[in-house]
Parts: sequence; C-alpha cells; structure tokens
Amino acid sequence: MTALTLAHGTATTAAFLPVRGVADRISDLFWRRPRLLLALLLAPPLAWLGIVYLGSLAALLLQSFYSIDEFSGLVVPEFTLRTYAELFRPSNFDIIVRTVTMAACVTLASAIIAFPIAYFAARYAKGRWKAAFYLGIMLPLWSSYLVKVYAWKLILAKEGIVSWAFEGLGASAILNAVLALPTIGGSSLSTSYIGTFLVFLYVWLPFMILPMQASLERVPRSMLEASADLGASSRQTFRHVILPLAMPGVIAGSIFTFSLTLGDYIIPQIIGSSRRFIGQAVYQLQGTAGNIPLAAAFAMVPILIMLVYLAIAKRKGAFDAL
Amino acid sequence: MRSDAPALERNAAERAASTPVATSTVEAAPKRRRRDANGADAGTGRPPLALTIAAIAGLAFLHLPILLIFLYAFTTEERTYQFPPPGLTLQWFEVTWNRADVWPPLFLSLRVAAVSTVLALVLGTLCAAAMARTRFFGREQISLLIILPIALPGIITGMSLRSAFHVMDIPFSTFTIVLGHATFCIVIVFNNAIARFRRISVHILEASADLGANAFQTFRYVLAPNLGSALLAGGMLAFALSFDEVIVTTFTAGQQSTLPIWMLQELVRPRQRPVTNVVAIVVVVLTFVPILIAYYLTRGGEETAGQGK
Repeated sequence: MTALTLAHGTATTAAFLPVRGVADRISDLFWRRPRLLLALLLAPPLAWLGIVYLGSLAALLLQSFYSIDEFSGLVVPEFTLRTYAELFRPSNFDIIVRTVTMAACVTLASAIIAFPIAYFAARYAKGRWKAAFYLGIMLPLWSSYLVKVYAWKLILAKEGIVSWAFEGLGASAILNAVLALPTIGGSSLSTSYIGTFLVFLYVWLPFMILPMQASLERVPRSMLEASADLGASSRQTFRHVILPLAMPGVIAGSIFTFSLTLGDYIIPQIIGSSRRFIGQAVYQLQGTAGNIPLAAAFAMVPILIMLVYLAIAKRKGAFDAL
Repeated sequence: MRSDAPALERNAAERAASTPVATSTVEAAPKRRRRDANGADAGTGRPPLALTIAAIAGLAFLHLPILLIFLYAFTTEERTYQFPPPGLTLQWFEVTWNRADVWPPLFLSLRVAAVSTVLALVLGTLCAAAMARTRFFGREQISLLIILPIALPGIITGMSLRSAFHVMDIPFSTFTIVLGHATFCIVIVFNNAIARFRRISVHILEASADLGANAFQTFRYVLAPNLGSALLAGGMLAFALSFDEVIVTTFTAGQQSTLPIWMLQELVRPRQRPVTNVVAIVVVVLTFVPILIAYYLTRGGEETAGQGK
C-alpha cells in the first residue's frame, strides 16, 4: 500500500506532511459541508442567469403592462392591460394565427422528414457510416444560420436553380400552377409562403433529427425481439413498440422546431410575402415604430405558448430525451 | 389484437427465416430479404430500400444548399442569382479582400465570440460541476433556467435584453452584445461538461483524495485533464454559435455591426452580391473548423479515465 502511494508521486506528498496549508483546510471544509461547495459553484452562473436573463424577462414583462400614449408616442409607465387587448385586434391577431400555423406545419413536416434519417442513423448506420451520419447532421445544424437562409435565397430566386430545374424537366407549368395557388402562392418561390415554409423546414430540421435519433437509439433491441417473438409483424412492432418509445424524442425535437419558428423574424423577412410573423412584428414595433410596450406584449405570446408546450412535453417525458 | 390470419403466417415465416438454421438454407434467405425490402423490419439486418432512399434524400436536402453557395462564389454574374452561372472567376475573392467594410464587423464578431466563450466556459463548467452528481431542492428549476435561453426563441432573449437596457438606460456597446451571447452559450458548455462529468468515474476522485490530494490538487491533476477535451469542444461550439448569432444581436448591438449583421444588411439590400457569396463561404469554413475539432474531441470517450466498472 505505502509503496503504491509513494510511487504515485506529487499528489501524495501532502498526506505525509503534518503542516497543512489553506488549500487543505478549505478542502476539509468542503468535505464536511458539501452544500457549501455546491453553493459556491452555483452562485456565479445563477447570478448571471438570474440577473441578466430573468431580470431581462422581468423587464420585458413589466414593459408589456405599460402602454404608449397615442398622441405623444411616449411610453406611459402605468399598469394597464390595454396593450394586451391590442393583440386581439384583427390585424395583430392574424399575425399570431399565421405564425402558430406556420410553426405547426414546419414541426409536422420536419418530424416526417427527420424520421427516416434518425431511424436509419440509429438502427442501421454502423462504424464509419455512423460517424458520417452524425457529422452529416451536425454540420448543417451548426453551420451559419444566415448562410443557410442566403443559400435558399439563391435557390428560390426567380432565375435560380429550382426554376431552372423545372424548366429543364419541362415542368414549368407545374411550378406556375403551384405559385398561382391562393394564400400560399406568390410571384416567385422566394416571395411565397411555400418558400418561407421550405426555409424554416431546412433550417430547423437537424434540431428534430438529433433528439429523435437519441431516443431511437435507446430502444432496446431485446424489446424488438420480444415483439417479434410475440408474433407482431414488423409493421406492428413499428407502430406499437418503436413509435411510442420514440415519441419523447419527437416531442423534444418539436420543442425546438416549434419555438424557433415562433420567434424567427429573419427568414420571413428575407424569403416570404409581405405579411408579417410575430418576430417581425416585435422587431418592427421596438425599432422603427418605437412601441416597446406592444413589442413586449407580442413577445409574451411565444413565451406563453412555449410554457404550455414545455409543460405538456415534460409530462410526456420529453426532457429526458433533450 | 391481430385480426388477419395471413399476417400470422407471414410472421411465423419471418421468424423462422431469422433463426440461424433457416437462414443457412438456400431458399429461405432470399425470401426474407425480399420481404424486408418492402416493409420496415424489426431493426436487424439490412435496411429497407425505401428507408435508405428517404434517409439519403434527407441528408442530401441538408447539404446541397450549402454546396451551392460555394459554386456561387465563383460566378461571373453580378446582378442576379442566375443558375447555372454564365462563367466562373476568382476575382470576387480579391474584391472582398479589399473591401474595407468587411473587416471591422469580422473583428467585432471574433472579439465578441472570444469573450462570450470565455464567460460561458467558466459559468457553464461551474454549473455542470455542481449539477453532475448532486440532488438538491430546485435542481430541476435550475436546469430549466439553463436551457431556457435556447429553448425560448432568440427574439425573446433579444427583446428582453432590449427592454432591460431601455429600463436601466444602458447604452449599446460591445458589452451589451456579450451579455446576450454569453447567456445562450452557457448551455452549450454546460451540456458538454456535464456529459463528461458523468462519465468520469467517482472512484478516481476518491482515489485522489485517499492518496492525500486536496480538492484543488484533485481538480488540477485529476479532474482538469479529464475535462479538458470536453471543455475545448464546448468552447468551440459556443464560439461558433456566438460568431454566427444574429437574432439576439440585432436587439443588443445598436448601431454596431457584427459579421452576421453585415450579412443580414447585404441580404436585405444587396450591394454587391458576389462579395456576399464570398463572405458566406468564408463564414461556412470558419464555423466548420471548430465544429469538426469539437467532434473529434468528444467522439468515443475511451480516453476518459476511470471508465472500467
């Protein structure tokens, strides 16, 4: 025993010295009072998040209860619910409905497209392929958001690659027919809801794949074998074993796709029609319009929606899949 | 539960086929394979063709747009996004290099990302150290608080900070940008660090204490070497995230221009499109490097000491 510890070198010398330094005494204190160490470790990050983040959220909440004086354009710092009432004006309420609808569509579509990728990566990709899949999802996830949006501006432009491809296939009529559809159409893909939807889908897709893949990887193989032993067809196994076990991952991914779509203002600004989304409304109201109370009230909408969403997700066990 | 008899038979055949004895016979094996190609199988053996196609198409969807940017950086067409490009040229790299308005935003972005990363590294690691193995009252709430800055849309973080600056009369500066960036970078470092903390065996920490090391020595000689690569990876990702962030920044930057804000302005009101293309691929390359490094630092995990149970 002694030989072993001696051989270990520098770290051990303290044990043989009767003189104990400040560091040792502090260590003893930590050992006796682990809560003290915990408090010391947590204090700086909690102070930061508490002051900077929660403090700012409080400021946001506070401002949303103020209102703006219609004549002077100045903020009146008195408690009122008038600003919130303004959210229900048809023009404003439309923005909320439009954004939530878009978020729901994007979430649904990304779940459908993400599933085969996640399933393949979790079940079939081995060794080198596994690494390739992982990087194949991580690189688009982490690469620049603006560059991705920009790439789609190039793709969807009137003279861009999509029009070119449709023309090359002799299918321009189809593209024009799609663009002629009411509401979702437009003069070109980059000024239509279809364009906005595609870019949202593209940009948030990796956020759906990763938690999905994680939860699929956790499905024990023995359960699939048990299901087969009990006579389930592969389709039944998929429906009654794999899908329910993958659900927490799907919900975890949907938190991201839904929340990110709710709050984004850059994508609809660059690719889409002139009809606004919540994010754009917030941005314009706080900037050019100078109506911070209404901007704050608008920003509370995604918070409330997401709090409800997170509460449901938590009940479904999605937090373990994050 | 099962309504149709044929399904039962098919399952029986499948199960028989998947036993080693049956697969060794010549007729059974191809039959099984053909069936798997039609529907999803239980997750063993070869993937169904439809799944393979869907997965590869999905990955292609994720990558082709980024590749397209690289092509456009060489186009000779200046005014439109014409495809295919009428010709290829290298001149835009030189034009971009000589554009004075590109450099200050780049340096500001690098500076903000560096400071935010350092702050996030300290705060995120402390948090992870505290939460890796302990259970205490309020732990759930704290973990929610940490993920909230990325779980809630960026516009909320941005708008909140903007309101706070408004209420407290704080003028916009580099510092206000950093405040926002560090806040959402904490969770990135935290996630990387806590995963590593959980993988480090508690026994090596006990062994260190048994051998007479105090808490600081244990940190210096045992914990830090094991944490290093995870922290470096977390730092790389935090840097990439901050370098690229635009939504929160537009609320906290005032008149300052980070590189993403510069790009956003070019997107909204293009001045010289090919220059934007070149900046875009530089940004892609600049963010890919830290991500790849982060990947190689955290993959596997065999290098972590005290793994054997």
